[in-house]
Amino acid sequence: MYSKNDENYFIVDAHVHIWDARASNLKNIHGQQFIDCFYDYHRNLSPQEEVWDFDTYAYYGSERFMKDLFVDGYVDHAIFQATLLSEFYKTGFGQTEECLALTRKHPGKLTYNHAYDPRHEEAGLEQLRRDAESMNLQGVKLYTAEWFGDSRGYKLDDKWSRRYLEECIELGIKNIHVHKGPTIRPLDRDAFDVADIDKVATDYTDLRFVVEHVGLPRLEDFCWIATQESNVYGGLAVAIPFIHTRPRYFAQIIGELMYWIGEDKILFSSDYALWTPRWLIEKFVDFQIPEDMTEYAPLTTDQKKKILGLNAAALYDIDVPAELRLPEPAGQEGVEVAAGAQEAVSS
Amino acid sequence: MTVGPVTADDVLRALSDVTDPELDEPITDLGFVRSVVLDDEGVTVHLRLPTAFCSPNFAYLMASDAQDVLEAVEGIGQVRVLLDDHHDSHKINTGLAANAGYRGTFGVEAVDSLEDLRHTFLRKAHLAALERCVEALLRTTELTLDDLPSLTLSDIPSGRYRSALIRRRLALGLTLCPAGRVFVDDDGRTIPAEKIPMRLRFAKSVRISMEGNSHFCRGLLATRYADDDGTAGPRIVDARSTSSVPVRRVS
Repeated sequence: MYSKNDENYFIVDAHVHIWDARASNLKNIHGQQFIDCFYDYHRNLSPQEEVWDFDTYAYYGSERFMKDLFVDGYVDHAIFQATLLSEFYKTGFGQTEECLALTRKHPGKLTYNHAYDPRHEEAGLEQLRRDAESMNLQGVKLYTAEWFGDSRGYKLDDKWSRRYLEECIELGIKNIHVHKGPTIRPLDRDAFDVADIDKVATDYTDLRFVVEHVGLPRLEDFCWIATQESNVYGGLAVAIPFIHTRPRYFAQIIGELMYWIGEDKILFSSDYALWTPRWLIEKFVDFQIPEDMTEYAPLTTDQKKKILGLNAAALYDIDVPAELRLPEPAGQEGVEVAAGAQEAVSS
Repeated sequence: MTVGPVTADDVLRALSDVTDPELDEPITDLGFVRSVVLDDEGVTVHLRLPTAFCSPNFAYLMASDAQDVLEAVEGIGQVRVLLDDHHDSHKINTGLAANAGYRGTFGVEAVDSLEDLRHTFLRKAHLAALERCVEALLRTTELTLDDLPSLTLSDIPSGRYRSALIRRRLALGLTLCPAGRVFVDDDGRTIPAEKIPMRLRFAKSVRISMEGNSHFCRGLLATRYADDDGTAGPRIVDARSTSSVPVRRVS
């Protein structure tokens, strides 16, 4: 919980990792390139005093994780999003066993979302059934640009992907987190294109699709499909650090999101350890749309409470203490709050 | 007219016509040109990108466009374009050297061509350019949303925004006639008056999305290359035996 000016905020961090990108776990040069890329994001967008040394960044482990989130970081509940990258790392990038062990130890604080890859076809479906039971899955994280053999990505509306989504419905897995780009086969297509999310969101209304990074770098296409589909949400990971480096630009992003998808569909995410939650939460609570940006309404305290935790709590049935709830429930499907959604649907 | 030896400025001027399709900005402004080396054989240009994982299709488009514009420079000799530090550097550099084309470079990962992809981003660039022009008009003149259906190109004052709009219309094959409507769809058809406010609102999101992408790319490139050659501009080397110009930097 975070408290400021007599207001208390229930915090759900909807996107966190424990990864291992130490040299001992690299399978090839791409593993190094991948962590270098993450580290550049971290260094470029963090406040100077929050920048880690590379060795700590490559592997920080459970203890540091718990401290940064739950001791220093105000987080009440966090959701692991698996990023396996088995082609780049020997035991995978995200550390499945370590995350699961931690989740079992702190079930009130942590939820684990596993990943699947529909290119494993029938065998992967069997694995998904086993994982759903042993990991108690409520959600999955799909990274459509993951490499697999000579394939470098897939679309959510591919035949096998549809079969996996149908299996998710059977298994009670409701929350499908999707991270797009940067590769896809064939390379003729735009790997960040979110049109496939539009198709499956229409066809599988029992599922909720959380588009990570609010569709960036295709914010407008994400916003557009989110107006058409009431089961599409946006995770703020990677977009929210702009609150420090480019606050006026962040105002435009959050202003667009409020206009198109509305306050019930936006989820706070640090993407830890890309960034640590503490400073993001402090800055977001203090944040306001600049007065000269009259095209956007100011953010209210209730809207910030929804974004920082109440929306994700609703998606994951996380129990929120009565005194931290709002009179109106948050994170409701099909709510009609986004001005853009109303205009776009009626036009 | 006599043509003197090709200079580094000629090379950079030619490269400034190559844009990053996602950002709609010249690769020379973005810091993507790492070095230009002139020797007796011709020119070698090294390109670099903000991350090793930038989309390989866009990386290929920029590298092959660079190759094309340089080969069009008269008297340039042999042209070598090399992409550094990318997960597909080897594939792309080998493909360019062999003049293998997109399909020859990527093999089974390529199906047809990258022209549809390029066109998608030309359309986005056009919308973003349109939004900048129209928002500036709404901000600085008496014009209101109600005036937009009859807005023509002649209503857009000259300047950076207008030039960008004209360039994008030209690329899409839209009319440049001063009496041509500003609000046209991708095929040049006039957009009905009642659809214009939403079109403008969507164009704003396109513009914001592209600008955000640009912030990421510029920031990451600066961080990635801060430790060695920085972002002070391409390294220029003239190693021709007839020239005595030493290493210099242009900013």
